[in-house]
Amino acid sequence: MSAKTLYDKLWDAHVVRTEADGTALLYIDRHLVHEVTSPQAFEGLQLAGRPLWRRDAIVAMADHNTPTDPGFTEIADPVSRTQVETLDANARTFSLEYYRIGDARRGIVHVVGPEQGATLPGMTVVCGDSHTSTHGAFGALAFGIGTSEVEHVMATQCLVQKKSKAMLVRVDGEVGPGVTAKDIVLAIIGRIGTAGGTGYAIEFGGSAIRALSMEGRMTVCNMAIEAGARAGMIAVDDTTIEYLRGRAHAPRPEHWEQAVAWWRTLHSDVDATFDALVEIRAESIEPQVTWGTSPEMVVPISGQVPDPAVEADPVRRSGMEKALAYMGLTARLPVTAIALDRIFIGSCTNARIEDLRAAAAVVRGRKVAASVKQALVVPGSGLVKAQAEAEGLDRVFTAAGFEWREPGCSMCLAMNADRLGPGEHCASTSNRNFEGRQGAGGRTHLVSPAMAAAAAIAGHFVDVRGF
Amino acid sequence: MQAFTRHTGLVAPLDRPNVDTDAIIPKQFLKSIKRSGFGPNLFDEWRYLDVGQPGQDCATRPRNPDFVLNQPRYAGASVLLARENFGCGSSREHAVWALDDYGFRAVIAPSFADIFFNNCGKNGVLPIRLDAGVVDRLFAAVATQQGYALTIDLPAQTVTTPAGEVFGFDIDPFRKHCLVGGLDDIGLTLQHADDIRAYEARRREEAPWLFG
Ligand code: SF4
Repeated sequence: MSAKTLYDKLWDAHVVRTEADGTALLYIDRHLVHEVTSPQAFEGLQLAGRPLWRRDAIVAMADHNTPTDPGFTEIADPVSRTQVETLDANARTFSLEYYRIGDARRGIVHVVGPEQGATLPGMTVVCGDSHTSTHGAFGALAFGIGTSEVEHVMATQCLVQKKSKAMLVRVDGEVGPGVTAKDIVLAIIGRIGTAGGTGYAIEFGGSAIRALSMEGRMTVCNMAIEAGARAGMIAVDDTTIEYLRGRAHAPRPEHWEQAVAWWRTLHSDVDATFDALVEIRAESIEPQVTWGTSPEMVVPISGQVPDPAVEADPVRRSGMEKALAYMGLTARLPVTAIALDRIFIGSCTNARIEDLRAAAAVVRGRKVAASVKQALVVPGSGLVKAQAEAEGLDRVFTAAGFEWREPGCSMCLAMNADRLGPGEHCASTSNRNFEGRQGAGGRTHLVSPAMAAAAAIAGHFVDVRGF
Repeated sequence: MQAFTRHTGLVAPLDRPNVDTDAIIPKQFLKSIKRSGFGPNLFDEWRYLDVGQPGQDCATRPRNPDFVLNQPRYAGASVLLARENFGCGSSREHAVWALDDYGFRAVIAPSFADIFFNNCGKNGVLPIRLDAGVVDRLFAAVATQQGYALTIDLPAQTVTTPAGEVFGFDIDPFRKHCLVGGLDDIGLTLQHADDIRAYEARRREEAPWLFG
């Protein structure tokens, strides 16, 4: 047998059949379901009179539309409420494992899945959500799908897929203090571009990736889709295995050793070949800040807003000009001169316990700048929230002037009531700075939790390393 | 699903790269539990001058006269000409439902984001990749010629210009088969139900922890 990449191994283990043209029927082990992309799929299934193939593969919860006001009991927006009630009803009809509003475990599906051990190494994991790439941090093949594919998985437990090419992104060396997983992945996207990974499954490797905790690895894989890759993944090691021990959905004791033995094979063989290779030195990565309306529009904190006049490609130049106009920024402005109206610490990229600890460490004993209208901390799940409260992090945030909220997607996409006003600049730990993403006319700058916390205190971006 | 064989349609040019699905259909419209009715809110933030809300009557909203779809010469367009990395970002299939509901049957671009590309194929909307140089020329031609229409022939895998110039494009045989026949791929997969069950039985032996 020739040497295999991690992606080859995951792919091969799930092929049910292959057609002559190379299309494969791929078996799906775990299906995560949320309220926004599932109603039409459940309806389609029922209209066609088809049964759900495997009920126990599904874990469901509402996250996108749910309010984050402390102690909320009901959803004021009737349209959002209908969507959540539709999921409630579908969960009942199909007897799904469902974390309803009020369940202490509910939160963002990409935070809760791994927390419950519902994501395991070697699995195929899908969800009607592009940030499903997050789960690849466990040595799983995880990717986002559309609603028609959600219905396809419900009806058949499979997807019709064509294998992607394989890319290895190696980050070797050691990042400096104050440089986090978020900075690593933003630097990668800055290098390869938002379409750099299109058509590829990306494996992240190298010593700087191996040194990351599972939280950090999830942050990196979460944003693989922002580099255009449907799937990002990281090989299994002791960090992965230790994280899973004792989780609700982890293998039962009688299967644990057998599972671990297989998991330990989930890495690329040393002589495996990739279709593309990108290498980055960890030491070269500074804290990152996005200035534009695409995650690839990113610069180090020591940098300036770039000047479109020096861009040779006309399509790119006009894209940069449009982004600057939308963001209300001028070329060559130092990043540290960008003032912030709101701060958002949350999302499936950066709302895990480690993220909140990093932000709290910066905030402790300080106050949010008077010029900042609102600073939000939205934990990724009920369990993250409870853990943070047990550590007293909530009090660190509230004493500084942050709001401490209930878990959910919140201002990451502003489907609930948390959003930016037109023209407002936000330091956000989320993953997308698209036009209007956090509210019509809102201006998003993507940063790490520590950088967002420092910006909240200063009122403008600052280098957290000297803060 | 609507079958796609041959289509001739007016071309609307959307001249910006990295058009994301948030721009194609903003998040407030994703609260719908239906599959239809998204057309009036396609490109909502670019198309209208106010902030759109679900359930609103879009006919009375102030339009942005600069936005391409609001220009009378592109009324009734059914082929969207776009730039690189079209449909990036969120997996929301609502983006394709909105394009379809508006009346677009095909999108031509140098490249597409993977999830969007797949979602198109499930809804009878044909995504066509053409070389960036060809796309550039099409943009120039659309700008100079009122009523510029392209003819798309999926069985032949060609795009033909009004001047008779023909460009070939690639498509997976399976996707083509489904589109040309307007086929439901769930039904096709279920023809292999025995293979799926056999896989499950084998997997249950090898990795019992994956089955509860
Ligand atoms: S937190 Fe943001 S990116 Fe993550 S699932 Fe929710 S909306 Fe999507």
